[in-house]
Amino acid sequence: MKHEIPGSEASLVHEGQHHPISLYLKVWGYLFVLSAMSYMVDYMHVQGIVRWTLIILFMLLKAGLILSIFMHLAWERLSLIYAILVPPLVLLVLVRIMTIEADYAFWTRAIFMGGGG
Amino acid sequence: MAHTVSDGRDREIITPALREIVADWSADQEVFRHTHWGKAMMWIFLLSDTFIFSCFLTGYMTMRASAAEPWPNTAEVFALTIGGQDIPLILIAIMTFVLISSSGTMAMAVNFGYRKDKRKTAILMLLTALFGAAFVGMQAFEWTKLIHEGVRPWSNPMGAPQFGASFFMITGFHGLHVTCGVILLLIIASKVARGHYDRAGDYSAVEIAGLYWHFVDLVWVFIFAFFYLW
Repeated sequence: MKHEIPGSEASLVHEGQHHPISLYLKVWGYLFVLSAMSYMVDYMHVQGIVRWTLIILFMLLKAGLILSIFMHLAWERLSLIYAILVPPLVLLVLVRIMTIEADYAFWTRAIFMGGGG
Repeated sequence: MAHTVSDGRDREIITPALREIVADWSADQEVFRHTHWGKAMMWIFLLSDTFIFSCFLTGYMTMRASAAEPWPNTAEVFALTIGGQDIPLILIAIMTFVLISSSGTMAMAVNFGYRKDKRKTAILMLLTALFGAAFVGMQAFEWTKLIHEGVRPWSNPMGAPQFGASFFMITGFHGLHVTCGVILLLIIASKVARGHYDRAGDYSAVEIAGLYWHFVDLVWVFIFAFFYLW
């Protein structure tokens, strides 16, 4: 496979993704630490906005490491990267719509159904 | 696009990478011509799978936000008693570490595949499949435990009835993906061991199977954060 990526990373890329094993071990270690940290968030009973921020932060860091290093996205052509990463962004619209819907359903239940499910 | 890049000044502003995108998509040619066809197809499949899991997670969000009864505390529901002590969420934490380890061994298998190291690739893929099977086993244990405690898709003794539906749907679908992944890994690993890919000199199948496996791990990252920790 050919990787003709212009830019500074190009010099690091060899034919057929030959990266040193130490890179994968390092990322493996990072993922372990990040998972342990997100587990500690629960174990230490961190609550409220701090809890949600930390959970999302660790989640995004882990997802980024898996996508860019393990799935080799960091060394792919930009066309492929955008084709993969841009379409899921429309899901934010779905999440927004469903937040409004859930809010409506919740208050309908609370007001007209005596709080019953 | 009505406005075309006409003068040299504009062309300098656009970075080479962005110009590459324009060239890829505009010039009446294949966009992914430098990408192995199997890899491009796997990515497109994973993109569609992303939407499936996102729909499940969004559905879970909607049910949880609209539930009038309190949501069960996952830290207690998934706690295990080890040595007379209740440790919250411990099984899920172990499952997470097992799946991450399987991703690590898979990444190394792909690496050795490109070095045409048949033996190490096959062994690492088998190890990955073993981790995956262990993960599914622990999930089966977790399901059994919850079913014995009376959790059903329509009701449960801990709180909001929607909990069971989201739990069985999301983890069940993810477990199905892991199971399929284990089967795929075993097939590809046996092909590697038999020297199937040496004949063509193309080990891309290992990387494509690896993409699927890392995706399964990626989905678990989101399930772990939103379903178990939230």
